[in-house]
Amino acid sequence: MIAFENAAYNYGGGELLSEVSLRLAPGSFHFLTGPSGSGKTTFLKMAYAELMPTAGHVTIFDREVKSLSRDDIARTRRRIGVVHQDGQFLDHLPLATNVMLPLMVAERRGNAEDLGALLAWVGLKHLSDALPPSLSGGERQRAALARAIIMGPDVILADEPTGNVDWEMSLRLLTLLVELNRMGKTIVIATHDLNLIRQAKNQVPARVLRISKRRIQLAGADL
Amino acid sequence: MTLPPLLSRLADPFVALMVPDRQADRVVPPSGPTAWLTTFTAGAMTFLCVFALALSLASGRLADRWSDALARTATIRLSAPPQQMQAQTDAVLALLSTTPGIASARALTDEENRRLLEPWFGPDLPVQDLPLPRLIEVVEDGQGYDGEGLRQRLAAEAPGAILDDHTRWRRPLAEAAARLRLLGWLSIVLIGATMAAMITLAANASLAANAQVVKVLRLIGAQDSYIARAFVRRFTLRALTGSAAGALAGLAGVLLLPAADAAGGFLTGLGFSGAGWLWPFILPPLAALVAFAATRRAAFKKLKELT
Repeated sequence: MIAFENAAYNYGGGELLSEVSLRLAPGSFHFLTGPSGSGKTTFLKMAYAELMPTAGHVTIFDREVKSLSRDDIARTRRRIGVVHQDGQFLDHLPLATNVMLPLMVAERRGNAEDLGALLAWVGLKHLSDALPPSLSGGERQRAALARAIIMGPDVILADEPTGNVDWEMSLRLLTLLVELNRMGKTIVIATHDLNLIRQAKNQVPARVLRISKRRIQLAGADL
Repeated sequence: MTLPPLLSRLADPFVALMVPDRQADRVVPPSGPTAWLTTFTAGAMTFLCVFALALSLASGRLADRWSDALARTATIRLSAPPQQMQAQTDAVLALLSTTPGIASARALTDEENRRLLEPWFGPDLPVQDLPLPRLIEVVEDGQGYDGEGLRQRLAAEAPGAILDDHTRWRRPLAEAAARLRLLGWLSIVLIGATMAAMITLAANASLAANAQVVKVLRLIGAQDSYIARAFVRRFTLRALTGSAAGALAGLAGVLLLPAADAAGGFLTGLGFSGAGWLWPFILPPLAALVAFAATRRAAFKKLKELT
């Protein structure tokens, strides 16, 4: 699905990520962990073509990202659901419209019943008319998850999805992501919450990747 | 009926512009000052454009009228002692009647001479007592005559006769009118370019103000054409509305100008005539086209900068 081959990223002041080589297989579940500023978000951004590798190669759905046109990138992103750390909503539009945005920009018609079912699944049906600024951290993260999956993506990338929520809400979000994985979706969750990773490993055969010294390694059994 | 692929590709952006997409329109929040700025600019520019158009068309008409009126006529000014005046006049008229290219020729009467001089000397001028030259009006036929040959024959037959084919003062007048017409068209082009520049600035400001919206839309898979369309449609419709108001105001202004007097003075003749009244109605669609092209270009350029 998504493959890195000796990929590196340099922001200009030295490499943040170096020699990253890995493949995200269909239906796999990965956690990406590491200290703040280690490059977790950068890795995810490279995985959905917001950042291009400064060295090496990244292929998404068997296409080298550097060869993609802007329209190709847009079409590729429709197959990747991203849960951003800060939600990334359009604050002037109600929650339901925000969740439907990926369908709107792809010029596909949404189904009100499906949308209602999706909002009910993430427990936000009663807030469908609310504007994003009025939502709590947990509600925003669940709304972001709903938006990320409305297109039926093959891959879901979540950047610190439990960063601003309490433990109970973290478990609820994790359960939703595990359910999606059981439906065959490839999941990557960037987090530094080791308790969450331990909890997940009880439910799903997740691989844990750790960023250390600019490189990504498979984490050991200490987790 | 389906359009050929190339035509379809060219027509698609316009078709998309005409079909309202309320959902897509809502994606970009109302843009505040840029909204009225675009409408006002389009209105003001179209208002000015109507007058530039009126100036240009009036200059064109004037240039044509002066050229047509003077191109086919000439005057022979005959100076001779009073006792020889009639004989020389007859000689010149006889010569003119046998000159190829001349349709008719006649000597102006004393009464006509007095009317010509009336604006300067008043109605009671005793023309018959003054040593005025005799004026002979010459009208060419379609072929025209040989001016140099006629001058030589006149010099032989009537040494006091001078041929004035009006070239000396007709040319600068026609040139002035033609330049005025050119100036009018140049003004229209400049007004159009200024409007395009203003709308580009407004579109850029609107895109920059909505950078976060643009970023989110790109992240969730929006193509540039989708994002641009929301802006282009908005700016094009604003320009169309403003320009329509400007054109109507301009037309009202032209209608309020004094009517042309009998002498057809230039300032009082400023306006439209006949089918010329349709010209201002072309301006709003033209302004919309300018806004469409300017916003589309600005949007695609800015989108690449922003994301």
